[in-house]
Amino acid sequence: MLWEVFVRPRRGLSHTHAGSLHAADAELALRNARDLYTRRSEGVSIWVVPSSEITASSPDDKGEFFDPAADKVYRHPTFYEVPEGVEHL
Amino acid sequence: MNRPQQQFDDLIAADERIEPRDWMPEGYRRTLIRQMAQHAHSEIIGMQPEANWITRAPSLRRKAILIAKVQDEAGHGLYLYAAAETLGVRREDLLDALHTGRQRYSSIFNYPTLTWADVGAIGWLVDGAAIVNQVPICRSSYGPYARAMVRICKEESFHQRQGFELLHTLAHGTPEQHAMAQDAVDRWWWPSLMMFGPPDAESTHGEQSMAWKIKRHSNDELRQRFVDMTVPQASALGLSLPDPSLRFEAGHWVYGEIDWDEFAQVLAGNGPCNRQRLEHRRAAHDDGAWVREAADAYAAKHEAAA
Repeated sequence: MLWEVFVRPRRGLSHTHAGSLHAADAELALRNARDLYTRRSEGVSIWVVPSSEITASSPDDKGEFFDPAADKVYRHPTFYEVPEGVEHL
Repeated sequence: MNRPQQQFDDLIAADERIEPRDWMPEGYRRTLIRQMAQHAHSEIIGMQPEANWITRAPSLRRKAILIAKVQDEAGHGLYLYAAAETLGVRREDLLDALHTGRQRYSSIFNYPTLTWADVGAIGWLVDGAAIVNQVPICRSSYGPYARAMVRICKEESFHQRQGFELLHTLAHGTPEQHAMAQDAVDRWWWPSLMMFGPPDAESTHGEQSMAWKIKRHSNDELRQRFVDMTVPQASALGLSLPDPSLRFEAGHWVYGEIDWDEFAQVLAGNGPCNRQRLEHRRAAHDDGAWVREAADAYAAKHEAAA
């Protein structure tokens, strides 16, 4: 069974995807993840999730799926002109 | 002292973050739930005064910007409710606490948006004050709260700028537009200063929250920081601030007496829009009941099929 491994590098940071591994159950997946992905103290916390349980957006949908955000440049602060010399905006 | 308490204290002392699975004192958990819920409530109640102007925005550009901003507020509410849920509360219970008045939202949203210029004043002053309040919370001791706040602060920057730009445009427009911008700033200035909460001497939660590093600066410190940043911006706008005693002294802008009676009145439910805001929120929740029911029915159907 394939598992996805997420590691929190240190307190205060989110768990980020480190990679995947094979294991028979969740407990073994955790142990294997520790051995495989944190041999150099890369983390203080690990999550393992069965790969089959992850629902992902399809790479083929990339266009239509993310399109709605593309033409909304006004969501970015750089869209707005700030007069010269005005600070803390 | 027991071991988990010692561990917790050590983490706080070392300026480390507390994460959901860590042991934490009951008071710390309760304080965080109260603060994060109040913060989340403020985000979604805050949609109302601005949404009031979506249909009457003066151009398509301004309308698209305002819709994007109100949409962001909904998103911020969701980040914060989700972060609060890591402490073992349920979102529906938090919403219920809001609807029954057991939990509060920021009193600033109990003021009305009377003209289009109010949209600008909210962006510049209210969001500006919110940013000053929120930037230090990006280093709050509770990890999920701090991380939610990082996302929020990034997005708030657009909110403040669009407000400043809107006011700048009005202030440099016709005399009527200038007067409208000035009137909005006159009405929003003092309530914005109240957003930082009561003076330090009267703050009830302040000291413990500072010790737990949920809060990083006192109300008065943050208020001063906001005033120092904002006064020069007002002159760039060509607008005045409604405080005749405002003066620069020893590197800071000294401001006049804040009307704390007004603050207490609004907090007690007697602001101009308290009833309207809560009634609208409850109605929106009730009107949306069929969506929640449909989602449950859909989930149940798929579970039965699986």
